Amino acid sequence: MNDPLLSLQDLVKDYAVRVLDVSRLEFRSGQIHALLGANGAGKSTLSRIIAGLLLPTSGSMTLDGHTFAPENKLAAEAAGVQIVQQELNQISTLTVAENILLGRLPTKFGVIDRTELDRRARIALDRFGLEDISTDTVTGTMGIGRQQMIEIAAALDRECKMLILDEPTASLSAGESEKLFDWLDRLRKRGVAIIYITHRLEEVVRIADRVTVLRDGRHALTCPISEITVDELVDAMTGETGQSESRSDHPSFATCEPALKVVGMSRGRFVRDVSFTVHRGERLGIAGLVGSGRTELLRLLFGADRAERGDVFLSNDPSPRRFRNPAEAVAAGLAMVTEDRKESGLLLPLSIRVNATLASMTKQFSWFGLIRSGDERDVAERTRELMEIRCNSIGQPLETLSGGNQQKVAIAKWLVHDANIFFFDEPTRGIDVSSRRRIYKLFDQLAADGKAIVIVSSDLEELIQTCDRIAVMSVGRWVGEFERDQWSAEKIMQAAFSNPVSLHETVPSF
Amino acid sequence: MKNSSAYKLAIEYAGLIGVLAVLVGIFSTQSQNFFQIGTLISIANQIPDLTLVAVGMTLVLVVGGIDLSVGSILAFSSAVLGSLMVDWQLPLWAAIPFCISAGAACGLFNGCVTVLAKIPSFIVTLGMLEIARGATKLVTHSQTKYIGSAVEVIGEPIAGIMVSPAFLIAISAVIAGQFLLTRTVLGRYCTAIGTNHEAVRMSGVRTAPYAISVFVISGVLCGLAGLTHASRLSTADPNAAIGIELSAIAACVIGGTSLMGGRGNVINSFLGVLIIAVLQTGLAQIGVSDPMKQIVTGSVIVVAVLLDAMRSRWGITSA
Repeated sequence: MNDPLLSLQDLVKDYAVRVLDVSRLEFRSGQIHALLGANGAGKSTLSRIIAGLLLPTSGSMTLDGHTFAPENKLAAEAAGVQIVQQELNQISTLTVAENILLGRLPTKFGVIDRTELDRRARIALDRFGLEDISTDTVTGTMGIGRQQMIEIAAALDRECKMLILDEPTASLSAGESEKLFDWLDRLRKRGVAIIYITHRLEEVVRIADRVTVLRDGRHALTCPISEITVDELVDAMTGETGQSESRSDHPSFATCEPALKVVGMSRGRFVRDVSFTVHRGERLGIAGLVGSGRTELLRLLFGADRAERGDVFLSNDPSPRRFRNPAEAVAAGLAMVTEDRKESGLLLPLSIRVNATLASMTKQFSWFGLIRSGDERDVAERTRELMEIRCNSIGQPLETLSGGNQQKVAIAKWLVHDANIFFFDEPTRGIDVSSRRRIYKLFDQLAADGKAIVIVSSDLEELIQTCDRIAVMSVGRWVGEFERDQWSAEKIMQAAFSNPVSLHETVPSF
Repeated sequence: MKNSSAYKLAIEYAGLIGVLAVLVGIFSTQSQNFFQIGTLISIANQIPDLTLVAVGMTLVLVVGGIDLSVGSILAFSSAVLGSLMVDWQLPLWAAIPFCISAGAACGLFNGCVTVLAKIPSFIVTLGMLEIARGATKLVTHSQTKYIGSAVEVIGEPIAGIMVSPAFLIAISAVIAGQFLLTRTVLGRYCTAIGTNHEAVRMSGVRTAPYAISVFVISGVLCGLAGLTHASRLSTADPNAAIGIELSAIAACVIGGTSLMGGRGNVINSFLGVLIIAVLQTGLAQIGVSDPMKQIVTGSVIVVAVLLDAMRSRWGITSA
């Protein structure tokens, strides 16, 4: 066996916590090396370090026998390492040819040489079987799948020894994926080392030579793909089974009275025909991989995006509803704590008081259009005590609070509003342990009060600890539901990694 | 509690009042005529138009928009007033509602197109700047309409208190504007929308009515400004108030209103108007040439914004 192209020694990356800690890992030329792991296992962190997009906290890398410590993407590219990231990095107003050759545009007397530009872009596209794409098409006018193909074609066009692909097939159609696999096979034969990150296990089995599993930032396993089964891979990703036992003291307040019934909710390829019911006093968790459509589902139910199909039934009301905007949903008693509190949850420069009462201004604090500031202050003070928000005063701007306390305010907004159905999207992401505990306690309190709660979280442990029932979504579909006494981390992960849409089914590309 | 809010108030306004005091001081030493009751009254009676426009502008800026059409709406409203009083022989009290409605209609158009069609207000009001000016010229047949004494009552000092009804209207607008911004649900939601529109929407608030009404308020205030402008000059001038949008934006910016939305204070904008007016009058009195006046005024605006930027960069936030 030949020497590895790239080897890593004791690579560590710390943010607030250690997110990556890999003692030894090697990648060989002429091999496709799959990188697997649950959300937050460190796959992207590792690939970003190799591609020069992140600096490691400590540790070293050796590429082709030389020390390799790229300070930025350009340095990594110069050394022969290319990355295609999940999100598109193209400039949508430029043409395909310009995007492919961006950073190395051919010039003649300081002016772009159009003929040469088109010729070279044409070669790059044809090589990848994209004969039907014209080089002077404006990139932004094409679908996401095509843009992703162009991005890959652009990366492949540059000379490289190592190519990193981060979930390249996430937005490709089946046909496009096939073309990609053909091309990866050819690259492998040319001796390129390929790191392939994906959530789709059947792809790994099909194209990879070796596989590495990361778990909680640590190296769990590396072996040739021929020596391992899919079940063993899932075990390696979730850790040993039975480790997450249900909390024995977890009382269930769930009643048989439905609070929210969803039928056939659909939007494009993100949410496909989802139906479920959540009862009063029930805590329903939704597990799934990033991109499985959980956030999109909540947004449809809340009216933040428009559903194409599907109806919502509230408690015992037999008439179907479909909310056209959040205002209608909120008026009907729904509340949503958004995934990204800074972008769509909070007014950071404004005070705790203003944020806490934002959703209930007209309902509770208005007297002929004037603000009843005494009431407002009292309620804000009470909420602050209830949620144990650590601050100097309720007049303090939110941007001066910690993430955990900000999140408490984002939740407090809906407590003040007294909603009946709560959606929590990643409610404890990036917050400290004590705030987390306070929020878990709140779930229990809300359930005891007969509220219905839907929690989307990528932290499976969190769902297992706090929920009465856990549903799983994969590729936009509702693929399973587990009651408290039936679930195990393994079963849930298996469902999350299942792909209800086979690779060969033609998926319309948008 | 009382003490701390008084302290906050002092901090909030101290900077601008200080600047104003320094300017008055400088001009008083340079010209014996400056610090005299006559000069102050003349300033007070000049500023109502700009004050009214600046109050509306502050609200529009707070909600995250901008209104470039204020000068044209002002001219259009005063043209409506002039036309009704001269051609139709309406008395002043009967013409005023039409004058204000004309402004409100323009504002409603601005607000609806901006908010419902989601087009930047910069573009929409730029269009309205041309539309309203064209309409003004249609109404007046591109000629200055002399209205005469019937309208002057608004602009002339009231015996005994020496200031005009126009000035009183402007001051009332400042107080009402500040009250609206700080004490009403509309004001609260405007600040919230200007800060983070998506967060307000996701909180279940219908944002459109609030955003639209702010443009209407700006239109109404331009209508009132059209009245005070016509009363001061006794005429409806089709070329009135060209460029007043820039002075109004300057006054708001001097007063610390953010062009990005979410932050503004009507009283501070009024202080901004005063600073601009004192500069104009003072510089004229000490015999500075017109070109120099422009250079100095421009510099004061830049310095004011610079100071404000430094203040927020150093994290010394007021209020």
